[in-house]
Amino acid sequence: MDQPALLEMRGISKEFPGVKALDNVSLTVRAGTVHALMGENGAGKSTLMKCLFGIYSKDSGTITLEGKEIDFKSSKEALENGVAMVHQELNQALTRTVKDNLWLGRYPKVGGFVVSEALMDKKTREIFDTLGVSVNPKAVMSTLPVSQRQMVEIAKAVSYDSKIIVFDEPTSSLTEAEVEHLFRIINMLRDKGCGIIYISHKMDEILRISDDVTIMRDGQYVATKPAQGLTMEEIIKLMVGRELTNRFPPKTNKPGDVILDVQHMAGKYTRLKDATFQLKKGEVLGVAGLDGSGRTEVLENLFGAMTRQGGTITLHGREIQNRSPKESIKNGFALLTEERRATGIFGIRDIRENTVISSLKEYLIGGVCLSDKKMAEQTEWSIQAMHIKTPSQKTQIRSLSGGNQQKVIIGRWLLTKPEVLLLDEPTRGIDVGAKYEIYQLIIDLANEGKGVIMVSSEMPELLGVCDRIIVMSGGRVAGEVDAKNTSQEEILTLAAKYV
Amino acid sequence: MSKESKELQAKAQWSTQRTVDLLLDNALYILMIIAVVVIQIINNSFLAPASLVNILSQTAAYLPAALGIAGCIVLTGTDLSAGRAIGLTACISASLLQNVDSANKMWTGIGTLPIPVVILIAMLIGAVVGVFNGFFVAKFKLHPFIVTLATQLILFTFLLSYVKMGNNNGMAISSLDTSYTDFVKGSFISVPTGNGSSAPIPNYVWFAILLTALMWFIWNKTTFGKNMFALGANEEAARVSGVNVVMTTIAVFALAGAMYGFTGFIEGARIGTNTANTGLNYELDAIAACVIGGVSFVGGIGKIRGVVIGVLLLRLIFVGLNFAHVPPDLFYLVKGGIILFACALDMRKYLVKK
Repeated sequence: MDQPALLEMRGISKEFPGVKALDNVSLTVRAGTVHALMGENGAGKSTLMKCLFGIYSKDSGTITLEGKEIDFKSSKEALENGVAMVHQELNQALTRTVKDNLWLGRYPKVGGFVVSEALMDKKTREIFDTLGVSVNPKAVMSTLPVSQRQMVEIAKAVSYDSKIIVFDEPTSSLTEAEVEHLFRIINMLRDKGCGIIYISHKMDEILRISDDVTIMRDGQYVATKPAQGLTMEEIIKLMVGRELTNRFPPKTNKPGDVILDVQHMAGKYTRLKDATFQLKKGEVLGVAGLDGSGRTEVLENLFGAMTRQGGTITLHGREIQNRSPKESIKNGFALLTEERRATGIFGIRDIRENTVISSLKEYLIGGVCLSDKKMAEQTEWSIQAMHIKTPSQKTQIRSLSGGNQQKVIIGRWLLTKPEVLLLDEPTRGIDVGAKYEIYQLIIDLANEGKGVIMVSSEMPELLGVCDRIIVMSGGRVAGEVDAKNTSQEEILTLAAKYV
Repeated sequence: MSKESKELQAKAQWSTQRTVDLLLDNALYILMIIAVVVIQIINNSFLAPASLVNILSQTAAYLPAALGIAGCIVLTGTDLSAGRAIGLTACISASLLQNVDSANKMWTGIGTLPIPVVILIAMLIGAVVGVFNGFFVAKFKLHPFIVTLATQLILFTFLLSYVKMGNNNGMAISSLDTSYTDFVKGSFISVPTGNGSSAPIPNYVWFAILLTALMWFIWNKTTFGKNMFALGANEEAARVSGVNVVMTTIAVFALAGAMYGFTGFIEGARIGTNTANTGLNYELDAIAACVIGGVSFVGGIGKIRGVVIGVLLLRLIFVGLNFAHVPPDLFYLVKGGIILFACALDMRKYLVKK
């Protein structure tokens, strides 16, 4: 620890109504180093960074940059004083061009208010050349793939020539080659003497790129350690606050006969080209693959949320159509969508409404009037069966944790009495502890004789929960593996088959 | 099927799809051309010079307000107060520029003010209305629909009170000074219409062209314009990039307000007799023109060219329906249909098929 401290955050606290988001947190970043900030979802990493960047105002504590106390009131002030940030959510003006986005907030001007396109072109090219980014500056943002948009965002943060650069989960949508590219950029910045704050959930990345690691838990500071010599197990232990010996519950389900047979399913407008597979009663079937390989499309085409172009679906020997979600639900399918907040929950409505919304017909009296009593009973059943922690049925679902929200939605689908459950990233954005409960629920469902198809980008999770795994690659099924006798390497090889 | 024939089929499918897309993307213009041709066949004076000058003049009169409102729509908002703001500034402009000899002169104390002063007053009043709207939208996060709905009502009281002030007693404000009417409706270029007569192009056409050029410059060449589009496309992105969201929003509404003020000044002289009902529903025509011209309620999308075309198309249709002897009762049906059709076509571009 020979480099001087560039940024010091001391005793930072921040309270939101009802939640203490940050409680006396400290962070010291040395010049010319990469400092990883780790913690479970909701540990307060992003909140801490937003306090630094002037998006939130801290309640107490001090921040000093190069020995000078700072307290930014806006992002603009932070950027002007040498603090830049790559935000977790891609915040871009999609209808505008790459260069318009790059210079947003600081357009090169002539005569005070007229934007100089020529200067903008030149400076954009300079930055892209230095960073080795090959994106057309004149392209409209919405026409670019997500990974290129992410690279533009990274280039933008770097172009402020800042002393401190925060990367909040920058690799979530990057390909492996692009991650390498990003690491080269980060190393370049480190050599220039910048202080880098790097937030990520990917342990291998953290251990590779960072010099120091600070761990947070429940809004509190836990520890800061040099990355050298730190192991994954140690980090998890510090993050969770206990040792995670069993990440997965015992697999007690016994797959039976085939109930669902899908032949040559393809999407009309989407990238799914050819999917053929079977699902057994009481089985958990995993769907693996890289981002963009057509994993989600398998579920959404099967469920009728996307338009199919050929292929057959046979349930119990009878061919079915599943032309729309409504029809699929009638046929005994249920889909837990990938983006819980966007397409899963009705955030401002209460637990009860979120629970009964897919099975409203069951609660009608005389075919007209919804029975509050019946709805309350079924919601209570779901809360008990799913072990949902909520003050009451009348609580807004958005105030629950991600894990509890997910359980509410699983409960919602169970009330439609499905035979085939399609789960898209069922543990995304859920704490490590709560993940175990979701895994247990999935295995319990299989035990009850339901067929489960589960898409996940986390391979250990597929290996730990599924019976069989199909691997998608370039919109096709590249192969099928037995979860007990396979390895991450085998799955990765299959995933690269049609790339 | 052989590989080649499959490829051929795919190619054929692709090109049919492209043709359909091309036709749908330009359906509005195609239908408009058909309509113009049909109307011209029914009544061959439709495309005569006099009629064309008339269409041009009407377009010029409605254009500035639409250019202003377009900015509000780019911010995913709208502005319902435009009509009343135009009414108020029209009445004020007219009352300040009445003939000194008129028995009905509203303000006897003052003579006839210089034209530039009155333009400035009208645009300033409009801008104040805009700042008021923008302030509530930006600071209190109210939807512009709500804010401008309220503003529009508040302005109507001001308007009703204003026409009862001075010597006016709620009468129509007319007897305008010739310096005013000449400045707005006068002409220095006429188009010959055959048999010795000619159709003069009124001055306000040139003003509209000037304002259009100015707005194009502001939208495309200034930081303010680029910030406006970024804000409309993604407010959060603009905020974290250091754009002053509050000031930009207020400025967009203020600019729109100034445009209503100018429109009010023109309408005062163009109409000649100004009452509390002057400007009524102008905002609806302006919004309709914007959406027809592709300024999308999705936000962050729109071109000055589109606004001009939108206003022109609406005027073309109205004049055309008259020429084709369509009963006036049907006009609104046609207008409603066009708005629905145009917006459905517009949304088509942003829909992602799944």
